Amino acid sequence: MRFMKLAIALVTLGVMLGGVTARAAENTIKVGILHSLSGTMAISETTLKDAMLMFIDEQNKRGGLLGQKLEAVVVDPASDWPMFAEKARALLTQDKVAAVFGCWTSVSRKSVLPVFEEANGLLFYPVQYEGQESSRNVIYTGAAPNQQAIPAVDYLLKEMGIKRFVLAGTDYVFPRTANKIVEAYLLRQGVAQDDIMINYTPFGYADWQSIVADIKRFGSAGRKTAVISTINGDANVPFYKELVNQGITADLIPVMAFSVGEEELSGIDTRPLAGHLAAWNYFMSVETPENEAFIEKWHAFVNDPKRVTNDPMEAHYIGFNLWVKAVEKARSTDVDDVLKAIVGLEVPNLTGGKARLLPNHHITKPVFIGEITEEGQFQVVWQTPGEIPGDAWSDYLPESQDLEADWTAPLNCGNYNLKTKTCGGSGN
Amino acid sequence: MLTRIFDRPTRIFFLCALFFSAAVIIGACFPPDGLWHVSPYTVSLLGKYLCYAILALSIDLVWGYLGILSLGHGAFFALGGYAFGMYLMRHIGTQGVYASAELPDFMVFLNWKELPWYWQGSDMFVFACLLAVLVPGLLAFIFGWTAFRSRVSGVYFSIISQAMTYALMLAFYLNELGFGGNNGLTDFKTLLGFEIHSPTMTVALFALSSLALLLTYFLCRLLASSRLGLVCIAVRDNEERIRFTGYRVEHIKLAVFTLSAMLAGIAGALYVPQVGIINPSVFSPLFSVEMVICVALGGRGLLYGAVLGAFVINFAKSWLTTALPDSWLFALGAIFVLVTVLLPQGIAALFPRAWTLLRPLGNRMKYGNKNA
Amino acid sequence: MIRHYFRLLFMLLPLLWAAAPGSVLAGQGIYLPPEVKASLSSLNVNERSVAIAALIQDNSEEAAALLSALQGGVLYVQREENELYLQGPDGFTALTGTEAVNPERGRMRRVGTNIRQRDEIIRFLNIRSLKHPLAETRRKASAALLTAPDIEPATLRGLLAAEEDTVTRNNYTKILAIKTLSDSGAGRAELLAALRELTVLHTPEAQQLIRARRASSDPQIAQSADRALRQTEATIQHIALFETIFFGLSLGSVLVLIAVGLAITFGVMGVINMAHGEMVMLGAYTVWGLQQLLPGQADLAFVLAIPAALLVAGATGALIERTVIRFLYGRPLETLLATFGVSLILQQLARTLISPMNRAVETPAFMSGMWQITEHFSITCGRMYIIVFCLAVFAMIYLVMRHTRLGLSVRAVTQNRAMARAVGVNSSRVDTLTFALGSGVAGMAGVALSQLTNVGPNLGQSYIVDSFMVVVFGGVGNLWGTLAGGLIIGMVNKFLEPINPINGAILAKILIMAGVILFIQKHPRGLFPQKGRAAVQ
Repeated sequence: MRFMKLAIALVTLGVMLGGVTARAAENTIKVGILHSLSGTMAISETTLKDAMLMFIDEQNKRGGLLGQKLEAVVVDPASDWPMFAEKARALLTQDKVAAVFGCWTSVSRKSVLPVFEEANGLLFYPVQYEGQESSRNVIYTGAAPNQQAIPAVDYLLKEMGIKRFVLAGTDYVFPRTANKIVEAYLLRQGVAQDDIMINYTPFGYADWQSIVADIKRFGSAGRKTAVISTINGDANVPFYKELVNQGITADLIPVMAFSVGEEELSGIDTRPLAGHLAAWNYFMSVETPENEAFIEKWHAFVNDPKRVTNDPMEAHYIGFNLWVKAVEKARSTDVDDVLKAIVGLEVPNLTGGKARLLPNHHITKPVFIGEITEEGQFQVVWQTPGEIPGDAWSDYLPESQDLEADWTAPLNCGNYNLKTKTCGGSGN
Repeated sequence: MLTRIFDRPTRIFFLCALFFSAAVIIGACFPPDGLWHVSPYTVSLLGKYLCYAILALSIDLVWGYLGILSLGHGAFFALGGYAFGMYLMRHIGTQGVYASAELPDFMVFLNWKELPWYWQGSDMFVFACLLAVLVPGLLAFIFGWTAFRSRVSGVYFSIISQAMTYALMLAFYLNELGFGGNNGLTDFKTLLGFEIHSPTMTVALFALSSLALLLTYFLCRLLASSRLGLVCIAVRDNEERIRFTGYRVEHIKLAVFTLSAMLAGIAGALYVPQVGIINPSVFSPLFSVEMVICVALGGRGLLYGAVLGAFVINFAKSWLTTALPDSWLFALGAIFVLVTVLLPQGIAALFPRAWTLLRPLGNRMKYGNKNA
Repeated sequence: MIRHYFRLLFMLLPLLWAAAPGSVLAGQGIYLPPEVKASLSSLNVNERSVAIAALIQDNSEEAAALLSALQGGVLYVQREENELYLQGPDGFTALTGTEAVNPERGRMRRVGTNIRQRDEIIRFLNIRSLKHPLAETRRKASAALLTAPDIEPATLRGLLAAEEDTVTRNNYTKILAIKTLSDSGAGRAELLAALRELTVLHTPEAQQLIRARRASSDPQIAQSADRALRQTEATIQHIALFETIFFGLSLGSVLVLIAVGLAITFGVMGVINMAHGEMVMLGAYTVWGLQQLLPGQADLAFVLAIPAALLVAGATGALIERTVIRFLYGRPLETLLATFGVSLILQQLARTLISPMNRAVETPAFMSGMWQITEHFSITCGRMYIIVFCLAVFAMIYLVMRHTRLGLSVRAVTQNRAMARAVGVNSSRVDTLTFALGSGVAGMAGVALSQLTNVGPNLGQSYIVDSFMVVVFGGVGNLWGTLAGGLIIGMVNKFLEPINPINGAILAKILIMAGVILFIQKHPRGLFPQKGRAAVQ
C-alpha cells in the first residue's frame, strides 16, 4: 500500500509545518507586534509597526533589557478579525512573546481579548477607544472617552459658544459609545434634544453630498453649530472634501474630530480645512525637547523627513517605556510579575508631562485641542492644565456609572460594582 | 453502491483525512515537549481550515457539478455562524461585562430591555443547531427559487449572489439589527457547559469538524455518484438539452443549491466556537471570492480538490503573514496567477499525473482493479 | 473664507502701510509695546488673546495691519530670539528691524490664532473696511456683517446715508431690518417694514428673529412673520429637491465612470476583471504623481493626468492581458481567479512602492468653489465637472465602439471570434486593445475619484462590487445600459437616503442592492438585454 505511506508522509509533513514552528534564539526577549500591514487598516497601523521597531531598536542600542536583546516578532493579521485572534494565539503560545503591542479597531481588540485572558498574555493597546472595558491582561495607553470626548465638548460649549451639535460617526462601537456619552453629557449641560443631530454611515463611506447638505441645513437654523465627528479612517477624506466643496469652512461650522490625526491629514489637501478641530493627547506640533528629539529620531529611522508622528505612536512610546520600566523593576518578563510592577509607574510623555499607569490599566494623559493648519499639522488652541486620569467606565452612562476597575489587591476586578460591592457588572 | 461512492480518490481522501485527524488528536494528547505534540494553537488552526474546507465543498457542489458560480456563499456560512453564535452569546450569562443574565452585552449597551423575537429560543442547543442549518437553507431556497425560476444564470447569478451577501453585510453592520454591529458576536465563555477555550474543547471541536467534513464529503459523493449527480453534470454542460428532455432543471438546481447552503451553514456553525468571533466581515464579497478561489485552485468538480484548495490557501495565508508580513500578498497573488495559467485544472490535477508517474512503482493490483 | 481674507490681506497691507505714518512703512518696522510683543510670541494661546484685545483696543493703522497679518497667518516668531517677522513673497521681514532676512524656516513658528480670535479680528477689520475706498471691499465687509450684525444702528444709518454702491446699501438695509427685529422696543410700522425687507433671506440669525416674532401678540406682525417664514421654507424645500436631483446625478456619474471600463472588459470581453478597481487606483495615483512632478501647478497636472491615466492604466491593462488573460480565453470564470491575484499584487505594489498611507491630491482651482445658479441655489463646481467628464468619457467610448475600425473589430470578435478571424481580423491584437481601452477608461475614472475620495491602496477595493452591480443591472454588453443603470442607481440612492435621518445612507444602499436583485429576477438580462447571437452564450 504505497499510497498509505505517501499519506503518512503527507500527514507528518503537515503536522511538522503547522505545529513544530518553535524557533531558536533563546537568549532574546521577544516582543510581538500585532498590527495590520495589509487590508483596510494598513493605512493606519503600518506606522505603528515602524514605530515599535524603532523603540525596540533603540532599546537594544541602549543595551537591551535585563542583559538580553529584544527581538521583534512582526505578524500581519491583514485587517481580518478572526486572524487577529489566530495571530495573537500564535504570538503567545508559539513564539512565547513577553508582551504584545498591537490592535487598532475595537473589534480587533475584542477578538484577541479572550486569547490574552486565556493564555495570560500582555497587550498594550495604543488607540483612543470607547472605554467600557478593563481587562487584567490589557494596558490601555490610548485615551478613554473622558480623556478626549468630554474635554472636546467642553471646549466647544464653553470656549466657542456652540449651541447645536451634529454627531456624525461611522457605525461601529467607538462612535456609538462616544456619541452616547457626548449626548448624555450635552443634555446634562442643558442642550436641547432638538439641537442634537445624530448620523451614522457605513465604513469607507464615500458619497457625503446629502449628509453634508443636511449638516449645512441643520447649521443654518440660527445658532452656532459644530460637528463632532467620529468618522473613521477612510471615510474622512471624502467627508472633508465634500465639506470644502459645499463651502463649509471652519468659521461657519467647525468640525471637531476624534479620529483624524496628522497621519490622516497627510492624505488630504489641508489648505481649505484650516481651522477645523481635533482632540488628542499628543500633537506633532507640540514644542517640547522630548518631542523634537522624538521626531528627529523618527525621521532618521524611517529615512523620510516628511513622515508625521501621531497620537497612537506616542501611546506606544509610553506603553513601551512603561513595560521596559516594569520589567526592570520586576527583574522578570513574566506577565504576572510585570503586571504587579507596572501599576503606579510613571514615565515621561512627549508633551512635557508624565504618564502614570492607574490601577484600572489606563494612563493619565493631557488633552489638547488642535486646529488644522494649512501645512497639514495641528496648532494647539487649548489644553488641560494637567493630566487627566483615564476612566474605564463612563460616569455619564447609566449602565456603567457604578462600575470601577481596579487591578490591585484587594479588589483585582475589572468591573467592580460600587453599589452592590461585588465584582461582576451592573447586575441588572 | 458503496463502491461507486468510494471510488479511488474518495478512498484515498478518506484514508488521508482519517490519518490526519487521528494524528492531530493523538498528537494533542502527547505531553507538550514531545516531538509528536500538536499544540492547541495548531489544533484550533486546523479546525478552522476544516470549516473552510466544508464551505469549499459546498461551493464545489454547486459550481463543479451544476455550473452555478455563487459569489455569495459566504453569506450562508455567516448565517450559520451567527445562528450558533447566538447560542454561545446567550450562555455567557452573568460572565459578561455588564453581567446581565438575560441580555448579551451589546443589547445592554443599546439600552434594550428585552430580547428581540428572533433571539427567542436561541439558548437551546438543538434549536440553535437547527437554525444554523435552516436559516441559510431558507435564504438559499427563496433566493434560488426566484432566480432559477426566471432563469437567471451565468454571470448574472454570480453578481446578484454577490449583491445579496453585500446587502446582508451592510445590514449586519447596523447596530439596530440586533446582532452586535461591527463587533459581531464574541467573548464566548462556554459551550454545553464546558469552558470553550480549554484544550479539550479545542480538540473536541476539531474532531467534530473532521467528522463533519467526512460526512459532508460522503454526502457530496453520494449525490455526485447518484443519478441526480449525473443529471447535474448534464445541466452544467448543456442546460437547454436537459430541459428539453423533460427534466425540471430549476427544481434540480434549487434542491442542490439549498443543500449546499445548508452545508455552508454547518461549516459556519462549527467555525464560530473555534475562532471565537463572528462579525459582518464574513459577509464581505471578498471572503466569498476567496473561497471560490480555493475551489478553483484546488480543482473544481473533484470535491477533494476543494478541500485541498481550502487547506493550501489558508495554510499559505497563515504561514506567509508570519513569515513575510510585508510582502505576503505578492506571494499569494502570484500563486493565484501562476496556478490559473499553468494548472488550469487546479492542484488536484497534479495527482492523477503523479499517480501515473508512480504507477509502475506502485500497487498493480489496485490499479488494475480500478480501470476495469 | 480664510483664503479670501488671505488675498484681501495682500491687497490691504500696502494700502494700510501707505496711509499710515512713516513709522509703519515696510522695512522701517512697527513699534510694539514690549508686553504686547511678549504675549503675541507666547506659546500659550490665551496669552495671545490678551495681545489681540490690546491691538483691537488700540485701533490704529499699525494695529490693523498687524492684526490682518496675524489673521492671514503671515506673522511668525523666531524661536530663539522671540522676534516677530512678517512673511512676504521674498522671505521674512523683521517687524522691528530694517533688513530683510531669510532665516531657516525650521526656526520660525507661525503665530497661531484660534477660531474665536480670528472671529474677533475679522469683525474688527470688517467694521474698519466699511469705510474702505474700494466699493468691492465694502460690499464684502457689509455682506459679512449680515451674518454677525454687531454694530450700532446709528453708525449704520450714518454709513447708509454716505453709501453709493447699491449692493452695499441693500446689505445695510437688511442689517438694519435685522437690528429692528432684535430690538424689543421697535415700533409696529418699523417691524412690518423690517419683515417685508426680510422675506426670502436665508441668514440663520434673521430666520431665528422672524420665528420669534411669529408669536407676537399683534396679529398683523405675526401674520407677516409667518408669511416671511413660509416663503423661506418653501424656497428651502425647492432647493432641497434640486439638490437631491443634482446629488443623484453626481453619484450616478461616478458610478457610470467606474463601471464603464468594466462594461468593456467584463461586458464585451467577458473577463471577470477583479483588478478593475486597481486600474482606477492607478489613475488616481497618476494625478498624485504628476502633481509631485509639477509642484505648484496643480491645475496643469490635473489636466495632464487625464490622458496620462489613460496611458498608464491602459498600458498596465495591456500588460495584464498579454501575460495572464491571454491564456484564459474560453475560461471566463477563471479570469476571476487570475485577476484577483493581479489585484492583490497591484495593491501591495502600491503599498510597497508608494506608501501604505493615503496621498494628498490637491484640488485644482477651477474645480473648487460653488457655482451660484440662483440667489439661493448653488452647486459645487467639482461635482459639476465630474458629471461633464463622465458624459465626455462615455461619448468617447461610444464613438470608439461604434464608429472606429477598432470598435467594429471588437464587436466582430465578441460576436463570433472564428468568423472575425476568418475575415482577417487579428483577434489577439483586438483583445489586447480592448482590454487596454477598458483599463485605460478605469484609469480616467480614477482621475475623477482623486477629487472625491482617498488616494491610497484601498481605493479600488471599495468600488468593485458597485461597478459589477451597475454593469449587470444595465445589461451586460450594452454601453447604454451601463449609463442608464449607473444614473438610475445613483438617483434612487439619493432619493432613498432621507428615509431615516440616523442611518439612511446604509439603508438606502441595502435597499438598492435588494432592488437590483429583485429586478434581475424579473429581467434576467438587465435593463437593456443584449439581442442577437452574442446574447446566446
